[in-house]
Amino acid sequence: MSDPSAMPAGAGPGPAGSGAAAPEAGQIVLATCGLQKRFGSLVVARDISISVPQGGRYALIGPNGAGKTTLINLMTGMLRPDSGSILLNGEDITHVAPAERVKRGLVRTFQINTLFPTLTALEAVTLAVCERRRIAGEFWRGLSSRTEAVDEAHEILVRLRLGDCCYQPTRELPYGRQRLLEIALALATRPKMLLLDEPAAGVPLEESGDIFEAVAELSDAITVLFIEHDMQVVFRFASRIIVMVGGAIFAQGTPKEIAADPRVREVYLGKRHHG
Amino acid sequence: MSETATPSAPQTAPARAGAPADPQAFLREGVRWRWFETVFWPLTLLPFFVAETYLILASQIAITALFAISLDLIVGYSGLVSLGHAVFFGFGAYTAGILSKYGWGEPLSGLLAATLAATLLGYLTSFIIARITHFALIMVTLGLCLLMFELANKAHWLTGGDDGLQGMSMWPIFGIFEFDLYGCTAYAYSLIALFLSFLVIRRVINSPFGLSLRGMRENVRRMPAIGASIRKRIRVIYTISAGFAGLAGGLLAQTTQFVALDALSFQRSAETLVMLILGGAGQLYGGIVGAILFLVARDQLAGMNPQFWYFWLGLLLVLVIIFLPNGILGSLAKLTARRRRKP
Amino acid sequence: MTPRIVSLLFDGFAYGMLLFVLSVGLSVTLGMMNFVNLAHGSFAMIGGYTTVTLMRAWDWPFFATLPVAFVMAAAVAVVLERVLYRRLYRATDLDQALLTIGIVFMSIASAAYIFGTTQQPIEMPAYIRGRVQIGDFSFGVYRIFLVCAALLITAVLVVGLDYTRFGARVRAAVDNQRMARGLGINVDWVFAVTFAIGSGLAGLGGALAIEVVGLDPNFALKYLVFMLIVVAVGGMASIRGAFITAAMLGIIDMFSKYYVPEVGAFVLYAVMVGLLVWRPAGLFARR
Repeated sequence: MSDPSAMPAGAGPGPAGSGAAAPEAGQIVLATCGLQKRFGSLVVARDISISVPQGGRYALIGPNGAGKTTLINLMTGMLRPDSGSILLNGEDITHVAPAERVKRGLVRTFQINTLFPTLTALEAVTLAVCERRRIAGEFWRGLSSRTEAVDEAHEILVRLRLGDCCYQPTRELPYGRQRLLEIALALATRPKMLLLDEPAAGVPLEESGDIFEAVAELSDAITVLFIEHDMQVVFRFASRIIVMVGGAIFAQGTPKEIAADPRVREVYLGKRHHG
Repeated sequence: MSETATPSAPQTAPARAGAPADPQAFLREGVRWRWFETVFWPLTLLPFFVAETYLILASQIAITALFAISLDLIVGYSGLVSLGHAVFFGFGAYTAGILSKYGWGEPLSGLLAATLAATLLGYLTSFIIARITHFALIMVTLGLCLLMFELANKAHWLTGGDDGLQGMSMWPIFGIFEFDLYGCTAYAYSLIALFLSFLVIRRVINSPFGLSLRGMRENVRRMPAIGASIRKRIRVIYTISAGFAGLAGGLLAQTTQFVALDALSFQRSAETLVMLILGGAGQLYGGIVGAILFLVARDQLAGMNPQFWYFWLGLLLVLVIIFLPNGILGSLAKLTARRRRKP
Repeated sequence: MTPRIVSLLFDGFAYGMLLFVLSVGLSVTLGMMNFVNLAHGSFAMIGGYTTVTLMRAWDWPFFATLPVAFVMAAAVAVVLERVLYRRLYRATDLDQALLTIGIVFMSIASAAYIFGTTQQPIEMPAYIRGRVQIGDFSFGVYRIFLVCAALLITAVLVVGLDYTRFGARVRAAVDNQRMARGLGINVDWVFAVTFAIGSGLAGLGGALAIEVVGLDPNFALKYLVFMLIVVAVGGMASIRGAFITAAMLGIIDMFSKYYVPEVGAFVLYAVMVGLLVWRPAGLFARR
């Protein structure tokens, strides 16, 4: 599943983040400790404690409304927890701003395409690259003079098989290509921890293969937590599964353990798979 | 903030025929000078030769166009709202005016002072502006403009209040070019200022910073998710925009040797917004086109009852917002894009 | 307290009550549909000119014109909403603001054309003019009437919102539009009715305002700013916020006009900007 050559190690200036050393295998990249969040009397996150080790491929599953996207929102800082903490590579990021978390390597994609409609795919990814390289504030230079940034963006797009349509405005791309662009934007930030929110949501079956190949080709340097409903996909890619129900962690384990767990089957695995 | 998803094309959208394989070439293509640009700028020299009686009007158009472009940076390119942008215009105008009234009539340094003053004001207010959105932003930008208007109105001793700032006297530019009654020097001065500013603004728009502004406009929610700090960007563009607005205001003061209280008014802010929307926001030339149309129309209809003018203006605004939301240039751009796509 | 201070307080409060009646509709509709309607002042103007026309041309008594002013403003608002406004519910703030500014321009021009640009004086019935003496203090009868009318309207609104089914629907639509639709509430209809009532109140306020601040075509813009301040600072969709803010605004304006006239409205705007920076959603915001 992992191919070290898929992610060129030397392109561009150093990895994202404020100088933290690259984590070794086995080290915990992302950990949450007792996250709690309620809206009035509705508890959306109940004492959530998980830890994801370097190189892990974790799947987050659960019925609709279980709080999976909410958890991602809490992790990325779009929602502030009532209590609990979040650690990224050992650093407490509970009170760090969302944009800063991205700079430290915690990146997400959105379940509904959240892209830039009139920007071409190339411009969109170039923007993300420029943000990472911290040159997006330069108002005195031409964009095309920043050749390394543009080349890097183009290369990411080609790798995700978007090379032939990268000159089209985003809103003219078919839905499946847009989902790939979501991932391209995330990759442009050189994430250490990637949170994928239903990467193939709404994509017809013929096109979802492209998306999962892209996920499969992610290097081991990137740790992945993805939300997914399709159990075939989950069992194919995940090294470990977390089941959420009603805002709390219901069960955790390897795919075999989860598949064999009668409680999980009762709550969720009764259905085969969603489209 | 909209929750709607990014629109997408139906499944079988073909790649554009003849797409450049080189990303650099594609980006350079996007920013090169178009044919109509190389036609337009020489045409701006026409008033010198053909329509000398209209030099003063041409000068007004150039100044207003510059103000409109500065507003476009905020409204068209960054997707922000400003109902009170005239505060920077007027601040620049009064700075240049007061300098001249109290003895320093050198035009270029006065203009520089106007620009710097407005830039500073923009910088200070940007800290407030960057922190708020939506209705509060509308009210604060409006409030700042009204506040400054009241201040200028009451400070008779400095600004002349309701009567306007009088007693300005401008020295010749470089000691040679006097501000004559026909407006020849004035138009040359304004036109050069407009063109140079245009070049700078064009550079800003085509920079990585300009790209991030468009990102902010297209989807402000996505920006923090790619690591962008939007507050800082807003502060920077607000400051830059204020500077150019102040430059335009200073030009107005110097070329007319008078500053009316109207330079700071909500009316001026609203009218400039109208021009921009008419021409097409986010279109680089939208402010220029809108300014030309608006001011020429107002000049031609000058004999008209002012009430009629406001009625038709209001009606025009309503019609443009409903039927031509991208303005003239925006709709033209859409038409040509659609035609280019048909085989 | 000296008679002067009491008199200023009372007059300021009465002025504030007028502002409240003018603004409360804007507060609720802005909070419900997030539609920036800068033409709210025009609806007030319609009410004012309706009263003027009825009294001058057809000799109607003042109080009889008030319901008509309400209805006229509400009717025009409904037509505008159905024909124009609903096309822009998903548009940007700027587009909504500009569309409604266009309508304001047209309304001002039309009013100037039909009625001329001067103030419209009307004759109040004798029993509402004059002053009432209570001990050392004297109060204007019209202002007492204003305060009573505003308090009555407030009571009706609060009771209506809290105790009727329609009120419950309004509150649901304000809190969470999508959820309300999901529950089967016809949000579009609720909004249309609320918008009509709110604009009708503006029209009523415009009619009531003639005696206090006068009526000329610039009314729509001049008092729009105050209405916006009440809504922005008070917090959208908050009747309590609008009430308190309008009262404070009226009192502050009255005091500053008397004690520091050189300063003018500057203080008002500065305070508004300051308050909004501190609490962008308004002082009494619901969310």
